[in-house]
Amino acid sequence: MILHDLISYEALRVIWWGLLGVLLIGFALTDGFDMGVGALLPFVGKTDTERRVVINTVGPVWEGNQVWFILGGGAIFAAWPPLYSVSFSGFYLAMFVVLACFIVRPVAFKYRSKRDEPLWRARWDWALFVSGAVPALLFGVAVGNVIQGVPFHFTDDLVAIYEGAWYAKFFGLLNPFALLAGVVSLSMLVMHGGAWLGVKAEGAVQARARAIGSVAALVAVLAYVLAGVWLAFGMEGYRIVGDYATNGPSNPLHFEVARSASWLSAYHDRPWIAIAPIMGIVGALLTFVGLRSGREVSTLLFSKMAIFGVISSVGLTMFPFIMPSSTDLRSSLTVWNSSSSHLTLFIMLFATVIFLPMILLYTSWVYKVLWGKVTEADVRDNGHSLY
Amino acid sequence: MEFGIVELSRLQFAVTAMYHFLFVPLTLGLSILVAIMETVYVTTNRPIWRQMTKFWGTLFGINFAIGVATGLTMEFQFGMNWSYYSQYVGDIFGAPLAIEGLMAFFLEATFVGLFFFGWDKLSKVAHLCVAWLVAIGSNFSALWILIANGWMQNPVGAQFNPLTMRMEMTDFFAVLFNEVAQAKFVHTVSAGYVTASVFVIGVSAWFLLRGRHVELARRSITVGAAFGVAAAFSVVLLGDESGYNTSHSQKMKLAAIESMWDTHPAPAPFNLIGFPDQKARETHYAIKIPWVMGLIGTRSLDTQIPGINELVDKAQERIRSGQIAYKAMLEIRAKDGNVDPATETLFKDHSADLGFALLLKKYVDNPLDATDAQIKAAANDTVPQVWPLFWSFRIMVALGIGFIGTMIYFFYRASFRGMKFPRPALHLAVWMIPAPWIAAEMGWFVSEFGRQPWTVDGVLPTALSVSRLSITDVSLTLAGFVLFYTVLFIIEMSLMLKYIRKGPFQDVEETEAWTNRHTARLSGQPDGAAIAMPGE
Repeated sequence: MILHDLISYEALRVIWWGLLGVLLIGFALTDGFDMGVGALLPFVGKTDTERRVVINTVGPVWEGNQVWFILGGGAIFAAWPPLYSVSFSGFYLAMFVVLACFIVRPVAFKYRSKRDEPLWRARWDWALFVSGAVPALLFGVAVGNVIQGVPFHFTDDLVAIYEGAWYAKFFGLLNPFALLAGVVSLSMLVMHGGAWLGVKAEGAVQARARAIGSVAALVAVLAYVLAGVWLAFGMEGYRIVGDYATNGPSNPLHFEVARSASWLSAYHDRPWIAIAPIMGIVGALLTFVGLRSGREVSTLLFSKMAIFGVISSVGLTMFPFIMPSSTDLRSSLTVWNSSSSHLTLFIMLFATVIFLPMILLYTSWVYKVLWGKVTEADVRDNGHSLY
Repeated sequence: MEFGIVELSRLQFAVTAMYHFLFVPLTLGLSILVAIMETVYVTTNRPIWRQMTKFWGTLFGINFAIGVATGLTMEFQFGMNWSYYSQYVGDIFGAPLAIEGLMAFFLEATFVGLFFFGWDKLSKVAHLCVAWLVAIGSNFSALWILIANGWMQNPVGAQFNPLTMRMEMTDFFAVLFNEVAQAKFVHTVSAGYVTASVFVIGVSAWFLLRGRHVELARRSITVGAAFGVAAAFSVVLLGDESGYNTSHSQKMKLAAIESMWDTHPAPAPFNLIGFPDQKARETHYAIKIPWVMGLIGTRSLDTQIPGINELVDKAQERIRSGQIAYKAMLEIRAKDGNVDPATETLFKDHSADLGFALLLKKYVDNPLDATDAQIKAAANDTVPQVWPLFWSFRIMVALGIGFIGTMIYFFYRASFRGMKFPRPALHLAVWMIPAPWIAAEMGWFVSEFGRQPWTVDGVLPTALSVSRLSITDVSLTLAGFVLFYTVLFIIEMSLMLKYIRKGPFQDVEETEAWTNRHTARLSGQPDGAAIAMPGE
């Protein structure tokens, strides 16, 4: 195989760093509103019919949306094996909680309306709420920890060791900055769910979703700006020291790493990246305005812009770091030393270039077929076939 | 067996994988059966086939939901519980998993929603396409995960890189067209098709025994049996192919399944039954069929199949050769690859045995310090526990042969005896419903338990592959998974039974009217032929 030399190792690493972002953003844009809708369910649906309207706005699409999450896991495994290995074993119990939510949620969707007893349905509604809100919070918490650096090191054989007893590992994740990041992600996804219901629902459900969604948009902006201030004044960043190869073998122990004054020095080195946080803040503010004034499709687009801006700002600020180690600096994972081999990255890119456009194409078609509002009349008339 | 972190992690993986595989085979097969039924509906326009599509589709949906939910765990568990494995072989193993997501999961998951919600939103043909895309998506996902699993059994197209301390891909097509993976894929999807056929026939037989939904049940049995005959032959033939592959890629697994301690002059006999004794290294009360093992394993009469004792001796040699590779690896790593060509050649010549040196890590930190006794112990570790493999394999094979017989019988009755089935046969069909699940679980057990003590055969020992978690971590999640999965399983079963008892509930009037007219027309009554009907 000589074909893979067509694209340099360095370029492939940057491309895969970008694709990692694409997957995370794809997940947040699609499954994000499913989680947001789940978190909103008890507050925007008061009667059983209203709740079924809420659930059926995402009913036919959540399953496809969730694949972004699964693909995210698979792609990290294939393109960034050390990241996959360290993060999932390090955040072990938190990952379990997220998985538990993602296990319960599909079942809750499918089974909730298969029996008529109010108690049965109330329990599944509760399950939908928890399985929407908890992962939405924890994803932010995880990112908040990655930004601060995570306590792990590699042995010479590259066995990943995550420091601390099990309770310290789990509760250590719930530190103030990480919780702030969790508030950003939760409120952002609730805003997104509100914008989605603004498009797909009508009447009382839509009005409640807009009211809560607009509050969430403001909370998201405030928490995001606060986190930015924290990064500027209250937290050191990381930097690579000395010479390093961007196309060398993927061994995290090959680099020297030190703390830097602040992550935000990236904005001094690469001023253009400021576009990301600006998109995040402006997008969320426009979503707020849109939700208040009752615009539908444009509000959903602004909400997407906000999510795109917020998530990409994290990646762009940390570049080239992916997951710094707070206890053993040289174990930190960067774009240049924790990818798959040149050949694997190339093959995976080849597969992505073929399949990702197809996925986007048929997903758009499905959304188009399902276009239109879900009404209470729909739920009454199609009681059997709907959720 | 002492329960340390390795055993707990293995138990958790086994539990979650086996739960997951309670749902997968039915998804694989039923997706296709439903698509076939809908195809008949679209081509003949007879409402009964639409009703069948919707009825079996509902059961498919209940099963699919939990299949997806339990499958999700699998995608992340490698990183959570097998972090060194992920680091060590992620460069090869991760790729098929990611491609599975890109090619298969998106397809099935995006269209499954439209299958259930799109009846009124799509044209007939478009909806039929959706049904087939779901079926194709499910089956593609089996392809990619079995390519990944096939590589664990027969790690081709990769080599160890001392600078990155991991296996790296050298030939993607070797991984893709791995003979083990190909045989496993067809074997596994065929098992899924058999499962769905047995399920459809069994549920339909239950209807017939009660005289309910007779038209739907008879047609369903016909589709199920026709599909099932082909699938049952395929599952047994490809199982045989897998056995043949094992004879050159995983000799120890084959010898263990066969409980063949000593090398026998070719052609070796097959132990039909017997009682393997791991300590004494012999098989008590064995009933042997001459020649059969040699024929299955080598497809010849003059090729020898090595027994367990001979393979243990070979393992000792490979451990010593692995130590040479290990020493060279340390030097290459320490000097960042700048070593003399002699060391490089030395590493190259012995790197295939590097994994065997890693077996010593169970006994000493540095494999180079191992004593002769430790080397011997490590070589003995390469023998998996024999009796569970011996028996699960035989149960699986017996069931497989049973499926061929049953399917042929039902196919014959459906095709040549006017879809009339005697009551004892219907009772048998109902009782047979759990059988394909038992066979499938046994099959996975043989495949994965037989791979021990390796996660990747000959490359990475299981004991090294685990994450360095605490016993509390894994105990908590194991308890959590068991609890969650059991609750979900109970709910799933109760809903499944509820919807089976309820029977087809959609398009009832239209179907009944058509059936009455159809029966009347077949029996030659004038009012039946006089009315123009859709599709006739």
